[in-house]
Amino acid sequence: MKILVNFDLCKSNAVCMASAPEIFEVRDDGYLYILQEAPDETHRAAVEEAVRLCPTRAITVEDQAL
Amino acid sequence: MKKIVVVGASLAGLRCAEALRREGFTGALRIVGAEVHLPYDRPPLSKEFLSGEFEEDRLALRTEPYEELNADLILGQRAQSLSLEARSIALASGEKLDFDGLVIATGAAPRTLPIADGISGVMTLRTLEDAVRLKGALVARKRICVIGAGFIGSEVAATARGLGLDVTVLEAGDQPMLRGVGPIIGETLAGLHRSNGVDLRTAVKIESLEQIGESVRVNITGESSLECDLVLLAVGAAPVTQWLEGSGLALDDGVVCDATLLAAPGVVCAGDVARWPNPLFDGESMRVEHWTNAVEQGVHAARRLLSDDESAPAFSTVPFVWSEQYGIKIQAAGRFSGEDRMEVVHRGTDDSRFVAIFERRGRISGVIGFSEPRRVMQYRRLIGTGTPFDEALAASL
Repeated sequence: MKILVNFDLCKSNAVCMASAPEIFEVRDDGYLYILQEAPDETHRAAVEEAVRLCPTRAITVEDQAL
Repeated sequence: MKKIVVVGASLAGLRCAEALRREGFTGALRIVGAEVHLPYDRPPLSKEFLSGEFEEDRLALRTEPYEELNADLILGQRAQSLSLEARSIALASGEKLDFDGLVIATGAAPRTLPIADGISGVMTLRTLEDAVRLKGALVARKRICVIGAGFIGSEVAATARGLGLDVTVLEAGDQPMLRGVGPIIGETLAGLHRSNGVDLRTAVKIESLEQIGESVRVNITGESSLECDLVLLAVGAAPVTQWLEGSGLALDDGVVCDATLLAAPGVVCAGDVARWPNPLFDGESMRVEHWTNAVEQGVHAARRLLSDDESAPAFSTVPFVWSEQYGIKIQAAGRFSGEDRMEVVHRGTDDSRFVAIFERRGRISGVIGFSEPRRVMQYRRLIGTGTPFDEALAASL
C-alpha cells in the first residue's frame, strides 16, 4: 500500500500519529511527516484507522496494482 | 442478521454503515436521516464554512460513490418510535421499517433557553441550514452576542471577529471553553478571546432578551444591558432520544449502553447519543459529543452488532477534541478538572504554545495543549495505557 496525504487539507491535528505512530509524525514545526510512504501489510489496520480518524480526511491509501 | 437499520445519517451513522459493509454484512442496509442532506461534516460549520473559506461541496463525509455502500438512504425522515417487541421503527411519515439489528446514532440537538422564545434574532448552530442562516447574518450584521462560551460559541466568536464583527460573549461559568478546567488554563483561554478583541464576560446571568425592531437587547443581571444585531445561543446540546421514550431502552442523558455499546439485544448506539461505561476511566459513565468519538463508536458499534455476545470487546477510548480559534489549535484529551493536580509540562516562548497534563488516582488522566499536536497525542497514548502520573511527568515528550 502507498500512503498519500493531501497537504492542502492536512491541519496537523496529529490524530494519525496516535493511530499509526510508525507511519505518521507531526513535528514541532507543525508539519506532518510520513515516515514510511509504502509500509508493509502489518500496518494496514493502523493506517486504515488513521484514514478514518483524520478530521480533515487528508489521508488516502493507494493499493498498488499487482 | 439480514436487515439492519441505522437511525442517524451523520458521522457516527455513516461510519457505522461503512464498517458494517467492511466487516462483511451483505444483507439489507437502511440509513434513516432527519436531514435532507447526504451526510456532511459539522466541525467546519462554525469555522471554515462560516468564514467562507469552504463551500458546501467540501463538507461531504463520503467521497466514494454511495452505490458502493449499497444502502437504502431514507433522508428527510425523522424516526418517531421504536418497538423492541415488533423489532421495527416508525418514521414520521408513518412508514415502518423492520430490523434484525438496529444502530441508534441520532446525535444531539442544540439546547435552548426559555428566555429566547419568540425572539427572532436568536439562532442556534447545528445543521447546514443553521450555518447558512448564520453566515448570511454575519455578513449583513455588525454586532453579535454569543451566549455560551463552549466550543461552538467560542469558534463562532473567533470566526465573527475574523469577519470584522463586534463580538460579545456571555458565559455563565467562570471561564470559556473547557469548563471547570481550573484558573490557569481558564485564564489562558479567556485571554485568547480578549486579546483578539472579544468582549468576554464570565459568570454572568442573563435575565431576559428583548426583540426591538431589528436588534436584540440582552438584559444581564447586575450589569447594563447590551444591544446587538443577532444572538447565537450556544448553550450545549441534548441527545436526541425523545423518539425512544417508552421503548423500554434505558434513557439517562443519552441511551444507556453496556461497555460494548449494546443497549438491548441487537441494538447498538454510537456518537453523541450513546452513554456507556468507559473501562479506561474505571468504568466512568460517559457521553462524548466529539467528532473522533463518533467515528470510533460507529466502527465499534458495527462490529458489536455483527459479533457473538461472548466475544464482544468493550469500547475503550481516551476522548479527544480539537478546536481552532484565532489561528491556535486547541486540543484536549481524557478527563480533567480544576480539582485535579495539573502540571504544565511544556511552554513555548509565549502563551500561544503549551501543554498541561492532569492527574487522577495516581495516573495521567488528561492533557490540554495549544498548538502542540505531537505532544498532545503522545500524552494521549500515555493516558490510554494507564501510565502513572510521575512517569508521564518524567517522560518529557
